[in-house]
Amino acid sequence: MSVEIEETATAFSDRRHPEPRHEPLVFERSGEGKVGCSLPPLDVPETVAIPEDLRRSEIAGETEISEVEVARHFTRLSRLNFSIDEALYPLGSCTMKHNPRVNEEVARLAGFAAAHPLAPEEVSQGALELAWRLEKILAELTGLARVTLQPAAGAQGELAGILMVRAALARDGNARKVVLIPDSAHGTNPASAHFAGYRVRELKSNARGTLDLHVLEEAMTEDVAALMLTVPNTLGIFEDRILDIARIVHAKGGYLYCDGANFNSFVGIAKPGLMGIDVMHMNLHKTFSTPHGGGGPGAGPVAVTEKLVPFLPRPTVERRDDGTFFLDHDRPESIGRLRTFLGNFGMFVRALSYISSYGNRIGEVARGAVLNANYVRAGLAGVYHLKYDAPTMHEVVFSDKKQTAFGVHAMDIGKRLMDYGFHPPTISFPLIVYGALMIEPTETEAKAGLDAFVAAMREIARECEEAPDIVRKAPHTTPVKRVDEVGAARNLVLRWKP
Amino acid sequence: MKFVPISDADRAEMLRAIGVSSVDELFESIPADVRRGPNLPPPLSEIEVRRLFSSLAARNANARETAFFLGAGLYHHWVSAVADQMLYRAEWLTSYTPYQPEVSQGTLQSIFEFQTHVCLLTGLDVSNASLYEGASALVESLLMAARLSRGRAKAVLSAAIHPEYRETVRTYFAPLGLTAIEVPIGPDGRTDPDALSAAVDDDTFAVAVQSPNFYGVIEDWKLGSRAAREKGALSVAVVAEAVSMALLAPPGERGADIACGEAQSLGVPMHFGGPVLGFLACRSEHQRQLPGRLVGETRDAEGRRAFCLTLSTREQHIRRERATSNICTNQGLMALAANVHCSLLGKRGLREVALQSHAKAEYVKGEIAKIPGWWIPFRGQTFNEFTVEAPEPAAPLLSRLARRGILAGVPLSRWEPSSENRFLVAVTELNTREEMDLLIAALSEAQ
Repeated sequence: MSVEIEETATAFSDRRHPEPRHEPLVFERSGEGKVGCSLPPLDVPETVAIPEDLRRSEIAGETEISEVEVARHFTRLSRLNFSIDEALYPLGSCTMKHNPRVNEEVARLAGFAAAHPLAPEEVSQGALELAWRLEKILAELTGLARVTLQPAAGAQGELAGILMVRAALARDGNARKVVLIPDSAHGTNPASAHFAGYRVRELKSNARGTLDLHVLEEAMTEDVAALMLTVPNTLGIFEDRILDIARIVHAKGGYLYCDGANFNSFVGIAKPGLMGIDVMHMNLHKTFSTPHGGGGPGAGPVAVTEKLVPFLPRPTVERRDDGTFFLDHDRPESIGRLRTFLGNFGMFVRALSYISSYGNRIGEVARGAVLNANYVRAGLAGVYHLKYDAPTMHEVVFSDKKQTAFGVHAMDIGKRLMDYGFHPPTISFPLIVYGALMIEPTETEAKAGLDAFVAAMREIARECEEAPDIVRKAPHTTPVKRVDEVGAARNLVLRWKP
Repeated sequence: MKFVPISDADRAEMLRAIGVSSVDELFESIPADVRRGPNLPPPLSEIEVRRLFSSLAARNANARETAFFLGAGLYHHWVSAVADQMLYRAEWLTSYTPYQPEVSQGTLQSIFEFQTHVCLLTGLDVSNASLYEGASALVESLLMAARLSRGRAKAVLSAAIHPEYRETVRTYFAPLGLTAIEVPIGPDGRTDPDALSAAVDDDTFAVAVQSPNFYGVIEDWKLGSRAAREKGALSVAVVAEAVSMALLAPPGERGADIACGEAQSLGVPMHFGGPVLGFLACRSEHQRQLPGRLVGETRDAEGRRAFCLTLSTREQHIRRERATSNICTNQGLMALAANVHCSLLGKRGLREVALQSHAKAEYVKGEIAKIPGWWIPFRGQTFNEFTVEAPEPAAPLLSRLARRGILAGVPLSRWEPSSENRFLVAVTELNTREEMDLLIAALSEAQ
C-alpha cells in the first residue's frame, strides 16, 4: 500500500496540471486598477449627504482584482479541502453524510432565498407554512409536544433548552443551582449550562461507559435543575437504563435534557418523548443532512414536553382555523429571543426536503448508520483497542493503546489516514478514552467504501509495528505537511496586513 | 433508499461479519416500550420534492419580483454569480470545521482572508471566524467586555440598537445576573449624548451604539467611545448594515474597542432571516478573550506557509464550563460568501455599492418628504434606510401595497406600538428608478 502511494505522488507531479499545493492570499493577487465588477449607471442625482468627519476616504488594503482571478483563486483554494463528496469522512460525532443536492436547489428558490421575514404575513404564507410543517414533523419524530426552530446551532439549542428549564423552575418558585453532566459529554454541554447560570457537576461514567445509576442517585438532589444526557452517548452506547434515569431525575423534580447530536442513530426507530426526556435539541446539519459548509451554518431546533411549551423562544409559528399561518409574539412566559428573525430558515428548507425524501421510511437512516458503524467495528476489533465493549450504535470509539507501544499516537494514525484518501476520525474525544479514535461512517457509505477504510486502518496498524516513522511523520501526500499548531498559538498572526 | 447505498446482498454479508442475524438486533439496547416508528407520509421522489417546495416558495413575496424596500437588519443587495456558484462546490459545501489543517487549507485560508476583510472594513486589529448573526454577535461582544472588566455587571445600550438585538441581550443577560440599561434617542433620531454619559458608571463594562441606528440615522462612534473611556468601560460599535462601512468612518478609527453585527449584506442572500453572518472584531490587546473560532498563520513541517485553527484553549472542547463562549461552529459557508463578495467588489466596488445605495435612498427620502401629509420625523443624516411617518397607520397600508407587489417598508408598530404611523424604508443599489418612482407614486395615492 505505501508503495502505491509513492507511485500516486509521482503520477501527480508528472501531470501537466499538477494538484494545487499553494495559493497566494487573495490580497496578494490584487493589482492596482483591476476591476472585478461593474454596476449599472446611477439613475438618480449623485449625492453624499454625510458630514465629512463621519466618512472614510477609502478602504485601504482592499482588493483590486478581476473576476477571472477571483474564480480561479477560490476554485484552487477549494481543491485544498477534503470533502464528503470525495470519500468517507468518519469524523465521529459530526455525522458527515451525503448532502442531497435537491435540498440545495430548493433552498435557492427565489421565494425562500430572496424572501424577507418582516414582509407582511399575507405574502409570507409559504415560508410560515414550511416552518410550521417542519415543527410538526420534528415533534412527531421526537414524540414531544412542540419545537422551536430558532436556535442557530446545537450549542444555542442547548442554551435555549436549559433556559426553558430555568424559567419553568423559576415560575414554580423552585430556583435550583446545579446541572449534572456525564464526563463523556461534549464540551458545549457544560459551557451552555454555565451560560444559563448553573454550576456544573460532572458525573463519572461506569466501567461500561454509561451513566452509573448509583452515582446519579447520589448526585440527584433537590438543587439539581437538570441532567444533560447525550443519547446515545459520545461512545455510541445507548443508555439502556434510560427509563430508570428519567425516573430518578423526575422523582427529585428535575428535568431530563437530551443532547440529540446523535439522534441520527435512532430517528424513526424510537421516540425520546417516550423515554421520559423533557427537552432535546437536534442538529439539522447532522441528523437531517444540511451541509456542514466548512463549519456552519447549522441549526439546532429544540423539542419540549407540554410543561415547557409556555417558555419557548419568541415568536412561535401558529396556524389559524382558516388554515393561514402567523407569528405569535405575544408569549408572556417566553425565555425571549436567542437571535434575530425565525432562525436559519435556509436550513429548515433543506431539512424538510431531506425528511420528505424519506417520509415514513426515515428509520432507514438509523438502520444504515448503525449497521455501517458495527461493520467497521467488527473489521477493526482486535487491531485497535476498544476500551468499552458494550454494544454501539452509529459510532465506535477505539483508542491508540496498542499502537503507543511503538511510539505512535492517535493523532499520527489520523494523519496517516489522509495518505490513504480518508479524512481522520475525531481524535482525543471523548475525554474518557485516552488516545481516542472516534469513527462514525454514517449510513451514506457503501460496503466497498467501508472495506477500503478498514483495510487502510489495518494497514496503518501494521505500519505502526513495522515502520512507525512513516506514520509519525504523516501525512506525506497532502497539500501541506504536518502543520505547526503550537507555533500558530505562540506567534499569533490572525490577518494579512497591507 | 436512494441516499443509503447498501444493497441487500451487502447487508447480508455485513450482518454475517458483525455476527448478528438482523439489523433489528443492533437496536436491542433501546427499551422495547420506547421503540415506535413515525406517522409520516410515504417518501417523495425528487420530482415531487421540487413540486412541493416550488408551491410553498410561490406563496412568498420575493425581492427579485417585487419593488422591494425592506431592511431593518436584513438587506437585498447584489450577490454576484461567482459568489453564489462558488458555494455549490462540494469542497466548500460538504466539508466541516477544519480540525485537520493538512486537508483543510482551503477553508482555513478563506477564513483568514475573511478575518482580514472584517479588519479592513472595521478598522480594528483582529476578527474572529464569524458568528451566527448580528444579535448574538452583540451578546458575545458584551460578554467579552464583561470578562475583560473583571466583575462589572452593567452594559449601557442605545435604545436605537435593533430591538431584536436588545431582546437577545436581555435573554442572555438574565441568567448571568447582568443588566442592560437603555438610553433613549433625541429628537434628531440620534442617541441622546448627555443621557448616554449619565448612564455610564463605575459598574459599567460596555457602552454599545449602533450606526446607522435602527431608525436609519448615522451616529458618531465617538459618542460611545468617549462615554465608555471616562469610566473605564469598553465601547462596542454595532453595525446591522455592513455595506455602510465602505462609506462611513470605520469604528476602529473613532475609538471603538469592539465592532460587531451583521454582515449579511456582503454577499449573503436574505434567506427569510437566516443563515446570515455575524461578525466580531476587536483590538489586539483583547484578542485572547475573543469568542468563537479563530484562524492563524503558521508553517508546515517543510517551512511553507499554512493556516490552522488557533487559541483553541479558549474554547469549550478544552475549557468546558470555563470557555469564553459555548459556540463551537462559525458561519463557515456564509463567511466564504462574504470573502468572495468582498474580494470581487474590492476597494472600488464596495464603495460604489455604498454610494449608490446612499444616493438612491436620498432620492426616495427627498421625494417622500414632498408628499403632502407625509414627513421624515428625524432630521439626522441617514445612509440607505430612513424612518417615514405616514398620515395613517402603517401596517395595514404596507399590507395593501404588498399585495400589489410593492414591499414598501417595515412597520415600527411591531416593536413600538406608539409609532403606529411610522415605518422604515431601505434602498439599495438593486432598486431601479422605475421601482423607486412606483413606490413614491403609490405612497402619494395612498392618502
